[in-house]
Amino acid sequence: MSTHRCYVQPPPGVNPAKLTGTLIVLEGPDSSGRSTQVSMLKAWLEQQGYAVVEVGLKRSPLIGPELEQAKKGNVLSPRTMSLFYATDFYDQLENRIVPALRAGYVVLADRYIFTLMARDLVRGADPAWLESLYSRAIVPDAVFYLQVSPRNLVERSLKAHASLDYWESGMDLGLSHDWLDSFVIYQRRIRAEFAKLQQRYGFEVVSGNRSARVIQQDLRGRVGRVLGNGGEQKGAQR
Amino acid sequence: MRNDDRIPGRLIAVEGLDGSGKSTQIHLVHQWLQGLGLRVFFSEWNSSELVKEATRKGKKRQLLTPTTFSLIHATDFADRYERQILPMLKGGYIVLCDRYMFTAFARDAVRGCDGAWLRNLYGYARRPDITFYFGLPLEVSLGRILDGRPSLKFFEAGMDLALSPDITESFRIFQGRVMAQYEAMTDEFGFTRIDATRQIHDQQEVVRDFVAERIDLARFHLRARP
Repeated sequence: MSTHRCYVQPPPGVNPAKLTGTLIVLEGPDSSGRSTQVSMLKAWLEQQGYAVVEVGLKRSPLIGPELEQAKKGNVLSPRTMSLFYATDFYDQLENRIVPALRAGYVVLADRYIFTLMARDLVRGADPAWLESLYSRAIVPDAVFYLQVSPRNLVERSLKAHASLDYWESGMDLGLSHDWLDSFVIYQRRIRAEFAKLQQRYGFEVVSGNRSARVIQQDLRGRVGRVLGNGGEQKGAQR
Repeated sequence: MRNDDRIPGRLIAVEGLDGSGKSTQIHLVHQWLQGLGLRVFFSEWNSSELVKEATRKGKKRQLLTPTTFSLIHATDFADRYERQILPMLKGGYIVLCDRYMFTAFARDAVRGCDGAWLRNLYGYARRPDITFYFGLPLEVSLGRILDGRPSLKFFEAGMDLALSPDITESFRIFQGRVMAQYEAMTDEFGFTRIDATRQIHDQQEVVRDFVAERIDLARFHLRARP
């Protein structure tokens, strides 16, 4: 059982050394199949006898509803939005992730600080400001970034929703009047920010341009290795 | 926290403990400047409409940790700063703030938040041209609050810190610690100290003299070009 640390120092009242669980993060854009992969991993881990808690963004009871409302209205400045998300993140970190890790759970995070940072960086946030903002986050045991080409994302997004999401298309940035063009430009920029974040925070890139089943096999192998149970037994076969 | 000198507005903040009389003083300054026919705008701590609901909910249910308490106030501040304070400053207004980032620095530090982290959180915002700090002995400020308004609120009294099971006692200890934080910041941020034990009218006179000396008020006349 490994313990944990925070990037710079823990939030007041949190002792990361007492957190014996495992924090696994899956990052990736909408329509990358990320959430499907998380639920499949959860079921698999539970079958293996691990207690699993799933967390995500925008789910804190504190400000989740207000965030939804603010997004619809599109009236918040990028910085206000950024801080709103940070509040939501730390609320979940302290009230869900930390207690679960303390109790020895495997915590599967459907996105973490990296998505939040990438979105803000694309919108011109100061990297040092952001880094400090999230410096109280717990360093995950592993971060997997599900990378999907913008072309594939468009296809999947249209297939699933018959439309593109306003925010996932970066329409607030005024990149193009054409939603599709804007979507592609925006997703490329997000991807470029992720590449920079990867250098800094070191996460594993997993190709999402494959079938859900193949991606899941790949992830199981990686997660198994993190848990040190030789997930190869079931995971590594293709 | 660099100030951009191309911004024509001026920023005045008041800070101090609950019961120091700072809100009364900034209100009187507001009246005075308005009476002079100047461009003036007033903003109050923790008053952004958008964030209010979340703050209210968090406080009522006592859901807030030191970090989320700090962040929710930082969100409120960012919203007011970017939508009101900064545009007003750019438009050549004198902006009056009843509490500014120093309130967060003091209270959140008492709750255990790191000073450098807090300063970064508010690092994008302009520093006031004048920060009046209304200083008075702890017992006097406590007396003003505890005599006048016996029902203290949970977070206001620092009950989340478990300093004492008695809310009044908790408030005393909490206020004492907040005061120590203010005192320690006086030099760092160049507060202008006002003796808050003096008569309201006398304090106001000192405040007005100082403002008139530091800020070229004629420049802010509604008829003048910003």
